[in-house]
Amino acid sequence: MELVEAIILAVLAASTPLLIAATGELVTERSGVLNLGVEGMMIVGAACGFAGAWLTGSIFIGALFGIVAGTLMSLVFALMALGLAVNQVATGLALTILGVGLSGLIGAGFVGERINPAVHLYIPGLTDIPLIGRVLFGEDAFVYFSVALVIGVWWFLYRTRPGLILRACGDNHVSAHALGYPVLRIRTFAVMFGGACAGLAGAYLPLAYTPFFIPGMTAGRGWIALALVVFSSWRPGRLVIGAYLFGAVTILQLHAQGWGVGIPSQFMSALPYLATVIVLVLLSRARTGGSTAPAALGTVFVPDR
Amino acid sequence: MQAHQRMLDPTPNGLHSGESPLLQTRGLTKRYGDFLANDSINIDIWPKEIHALLGENGAGKSTLVKSIYGLIQPSAGKILWQGTPIALSGPSEARSRGLGMVFQHFSLFDNLTVAENVALGLDGKESFKDMSARLEQVSKTYGLPLDPKREVWQLSVGERQRIEIVRALMQDPKFLILDEPTAVLTPQEADQLFIVLERLKAEGRAVLYISHKLEEVKRLCDTATILRGGKKVDTCNPRLETAASLARMMVGGEIKEVKSASGRKTTVPRLVVNDLSLAPAEAHGVRLEHISFELKGGEILGIAGVAGNGQDELFAALSGERLSKDPGTVVIEGIAAGHLSITQRRKLGAAFVPEERLGHGTAPRMKLSENALLTGHAASGMVNRGFIDTSATLKTVDRATETFDVRKAKRDPEAASLSGGNLQKFIVGREILRNPAVLVVSQPTWGVDAGAAAVIRQALLDLATAGAAVLVTSQDLDELAEIADRIAVMFHGHLSEPLATRDATREKLGLLMGGSSLEPKEAAHAVGA
Repeated sequence: MELVEAIILAVLAASTPLLIAATGELVTERSGVLNLGVEGMMIVGAACGFAGAWLTGSIFIGALFGIVAGTLMSLVFALMALGLAVNQVATGLALTILGVGLSGLIGAGFVGERINPAVHLYIPGLTDIPLIGRVLFGEDAFVYFSVALVIGVWWFLYRTRPGLILRACGDNHVSAHALGYPVLRIRTFAVMFGGACAGLAGAYLPLAYTPFFIPGMTAGRGWIALALVVFSSWRPGRLVIGAYLFGAVTILQLHAQGWGVGIPSQFMSALPYLATVIVLVLLSRARTGGSTAPAALGTVFVPDR
Repeated sequence: MQAHQRMLDPTPNGLHSGESPLLQTRGLTKRYGDFLANDSINIDIWPKEIHALLGENGAGKSTLVKSIYGLIQPSAGKILWQGTPIALSGPSEARSRGLGMVFQHFSLFDNLTVAENVALGLDGKESFKDMSARLEQVSKTYGLPLDPKREVWQLSVGERQRIEIVRALMQDPKFLILDEPTAVLTPQEADQLFIVLERLKAEGRAVLYISHKLEEVKRLCDTATILRGGKKVDTCNPRLETAASLARMMVGGEIKEVKSASGRKTTVPRLVVNDLSLAPAEAHGVRLEHISFELKGGEILGIAGVAGNGQDELFAALSGERLSKDPGTVVIEGIAAGHLSITQRRKLGAAFVPEERLGHGTAPRMKLSENALLTGHAASGMVNRGFIDTSATLKTVDRATETFDVRKAKRDPEAASLSGGNLQKFIVGREILRNPAVLVVSQPTWGVDAGAAAVIRQALLDLATAGAAVLVTSQDLDELAEIADRIAVMFHGHLSEPLATRDATREKLGLLMGGSSLEPKEAAHAVGA
């Protein structure tokens, strides 16, 4: 029993940064922009988040530092890919390389330092319920926030007019422009939202997951978040399922090694990407027309006036 | 021109007594660099009027309505709405003032539902629920049935247009612009649309109707303004005109001196098309209907017609971009070739120059030598045992440059870096240097400066003199009159009997271009007009 609870807790903790980063990227991609720089924005968010928390002693301020850092990184992307209409794939990859280098620079002075990690909720009685108590009522603020975030994004995209306009920009920017919507401004906001989420997801790692900073600590989570958006076929509901599934795979991989199961860990690490490819194939076979991906995804838009 | 003095009266029907114009433009000008897309245009739109805006492709119709709708900012001139000058910040302001627009290329979102698409065209002041209810009511009132919950990608073209129209009507516009609304509709769907437009007119609204379908304009519209080369040519009552006279105003001026091509000797048939019928490849395409003609060596056949009547489809069927099930429909040099690929047809001695220079005629970001290879690889000795003979491809570029005066910055630049005229000279030159037996060329001088156009036309004449069969599709009647021996007209996928160029008056061609036949009675009428 205690092992099951421990595994669920570990899965939740491993899934949360994936969920936060992927939710942000989902909004970005729904507006028609493909930002491959999630890994870079996350790692800078991790370094700045740790720095903020270490300097002020406040996890909350650390998280804010992470959000601001991720947003600033995404603004660099927006300037290049939207303002100057540079190829989005190249810009996103460059952003990741920049982020990895920058985080090493920012975090260099903090390697080896420790902070007190984010506190977990404790409600007497409820949190003590066996098996589900700690899972439901004993998490840190990041976990609850990530769930609220994805519900908020779902509500925004499907129940509000700005959400509809954002989806419209991702489906057909020429039409959106013809109807008088400021496509580039809307996309800039979507990119910034994606950056803020990636920064927060990165900050989660040294603030709650492990209470210290090491260079390269995102370890490919940004790439998994990108795969997750495709896996979810750009839908927030499926994103939640996918995030916990992908989180579970990473945890299982650790335990499988401990139990001596004869599956190479590299295969387990590759599972999320393999699953994404399979989902893509299934999606393209299931639908007879239209497109599941935002139709304008990754295309450059230059309005004519 | 003198014949149209009477049409300068802005109220040709006396319809507008006691009313004032709804919308006026005064000296409206839009400049792109050195190019004047609209040159000081004045038009008046009155309430209860269906006003046609006529003109060929590139005449400036779309630019004009985009300026009126606030999508682009005019470079000079003003727009008056109910007598007061307005400067629109964008389409939403236009909509809030009572202007609506239905776009030629639909501004719809394929992956959103009908209701969501409609909501995006409105200003969002009512709830989605209220909007959906109103959508159903408007679509019922005007007889434009729509299912609000379906996603657009599942709908037919006609249904898509209904969304656009309902979306525009839901704003209760005083003035509605329709950009070539029937271009994509079946005749039945078009009839439905005309009923809706008549009803809008009866409700006191004004409609600006862009089209180049003359019969339709004569039937539907109260007034017509004709644009040519960015300028307003005339305003008239289309019901008092003939299709031929409208066509003449659209294509311009008096016919130039026809240079008879009698010096050439015709030889054996080199390109024969037998009863070619082909279903359209795309949803908006035209079906080719029983097309037959015979083209001899030494002869130039011109194909006239308003754009979108099947010329692109015919080019694709001749070039082998679309294959025909029956090999005998296209015969090149005596060999049935309807089922053969482009490369196989090239090996038979055919060469093709498509209308679109960048993207179809050349790969824009590849060098000229590479583009020469792309059409010359099969039959011009540029490939040696699978390896590209770079010196041979470069030599082709040099020969084309010299022979056809292609001006470029360096020896072998990217195709996209050349000006339109120079690139066209290169493409035509590239094909002519292969000494083709048959050359099929579409819009050879479209958007090309006068100097380059002369070079290209001369090259086509020389090629025919040398014994090749040349098929030229063009919307420029003067060009066809200058170089073709015979001219046929395409309309709705049908090709008329070719007329000898000396008999092909503008009236006759205009009638054929408008879909009328050359029966004796109508021909007499045209001469009288």
